[in-house]
Amino acid sequence: MIKNISNLGDAALYCDFGNEVNKSINSEVIKYFKTIKEKKFEGINNLTPSYNKLIISYDLKKTNFKEVKNYVENINAEDSTDINSKKLEIPVCCHENFSMDIKRLEEILKLSREKILENFLNKEYFCYMTGFIAGMPFLGDLDENMRAQRLETPRVKVPKGSVALTEQFANIYTFESPGGWNILGNTPLDVFDSSKEDKPNLINPGDTVIFKEITLDQYKNYNEQ
Amino acid sequence: MSSNYLDIIRPGINTTFQDKGRDHLYHIGIPFSGAMDNRNYLIANKLVNNNLDSAVIEFAYQGPHIKYSGEKINFAITGDVFFSIKKKDTEIEGNCYQSYQIEDGDEINIISTNKSVYGYLALGGELDLKFQWNSCSINTKANIGSNDGKKLDVGQRINVKKINSNKDIKKTNYINTKIENIRVIKGTNFDYFSEEGKKIFYEREFTVSKLSDRMGMRLEGPKINNIVNTNIKSEGLIKGVIQVPADGNPIIMLSDHGTIGGYPKIGVVASVDYDRLVQMSPGSKTKFKQINLSDAETLFKLYEMETQNLLSQI
Repeated sequence: MIKNISNLGDAALYCDFGNEVNKSINSEVIKYFKTIKEKKFEGINNLTPSYNKLIISYDLKKTNFKEVKNYVENINAEDSTDINSKKLEIPVCCHENFSMDIKRLEEILKLSREKILENFLNKEYFCYMTGFIAGMPFLGDLDENMRAQRLETPRVKVPKGSVALTEQFANIYTFESPGGWNILGNTPLDVFDSSKEDKPNLINPGDTVIFKEITLDQYKNYNEQ
Repeated sequence: MSSNYLDIIRPGINTTFQDKGRDHLYHIGIPFSGAMDNRNYLIANKLVNNNLDSAVIEFAYQGPHIKYSGEKINFAITGDVFFSIKKKDTEIEGNCYQSYQIEDGDEINIISTNKSVYGYLALGGELDLKFQWNSCSINTKANIGSNDGKKLDVGQRINVKKINSNKDIKKTNYINTKIENIRVIKGTNFDYFSEEGKKIFYEREFTVSKLSDRMGMRLEGPKINNIVNTNIKSEGLIKGVIQVPADGNPIIMLSDHGTIGGYPKIGVVASVDYDRLVQMSPGSKTKFKQINLSDAETLFKLYEMETQNLLSQI
């Protein structure tokens, strides 16, 4: 349920679903997101679901806060069609060539490399949202003993495909970008492909992701098969 | 092979193709993009008899030097820009807000913008550009849009697919206006800041930093003190949101902004001021002035009417 709707500037609605981060609140956000997206309300030009907020931006030439708020308040999100989520396996190589922050993680978490990988791999993570950079999935939740703060000074360039951790979340850098998350490995998969206009994102909000380890050789050969 | 084309002799610092931008993609992490200063973008197209959503060349600070080959074509430049037109035997200084006709071998040399950031070059015709999600706007960060999502480069050739048959020369007396104060609406995390911090935000002067681009404008000034938390759980952003990270310096989200962010939002720039906000060059001093939602909506309506009037008179 939306707890409160306010305005974010003069061209967006700020729908607040609460302050906690969990699957049940996020599923509500996604339900509203999908319902509103399907209905194509004239004037709404973007929807941004996140952990517990939904931002609806609109074209101020076509509509306004009052109209969109009224529309959203009267929507029946229960009617939304099936949430249509997938389960995906993502290959990840944690060879030292890629796991740039493994030493830092060992120190912060006080766990060995083996234990960190064991805790991280082969578990189901829920995709809360995608964004910041195109297609980047925010996945959770990591085990309690796997939670590390982001780097004090972010890297100017994080390599494409990096699988990284911060707090209770994991993400994948869909292309080279600045970033401050702890890098654990790298996936050879294209998680974002702008040439596929219908489905540029491999992972979408509501999907479940499992990371499966691959060796450096498998990584190198991955895109040649 | 097209027989009408542009050769880029010098690309300029930050030259891209832009149009009306792309929407319905925030949820996958793709920002709006599009021309930064929408009013000047529209005027440029109108001056050369284009559809108003046609692609133009946007430049920042130093613009491109271009050589044209082919049949006669009109062009116009908008903004506050120094440029010259080089014909066979002469070189003349060009004026913004009027169209010119060029022919085979002529050159347009865009020297720089004047006390502003962005300028627009529209050609009377259709450039041969790739569209992605219904827009050719270049997003250099995600490499999306025409030109493989990259800035224009030296030696590059751009084909002109079609030249407008309407070659009427047009002119407008519009003068690019400037703003001194940025009007803002209170942000959703306004109460994260100390009373002193709020006062600083609305009363003190801030300077536009050199670290500003199509993604965001950074401001420097007295630090805005946060008393609750300098991070929030990441959530959606829109154009114009003013975030204040731990260092206390505000950052305003512009057209190529990251779609999600985790810093508290102290305010949002009113839509009416967006076109003029992006034109504030590094070193400019500014203050934030609070307005409420209904004033912001009315002001935007008036601004939009003014834009439509301007366009209808061209």
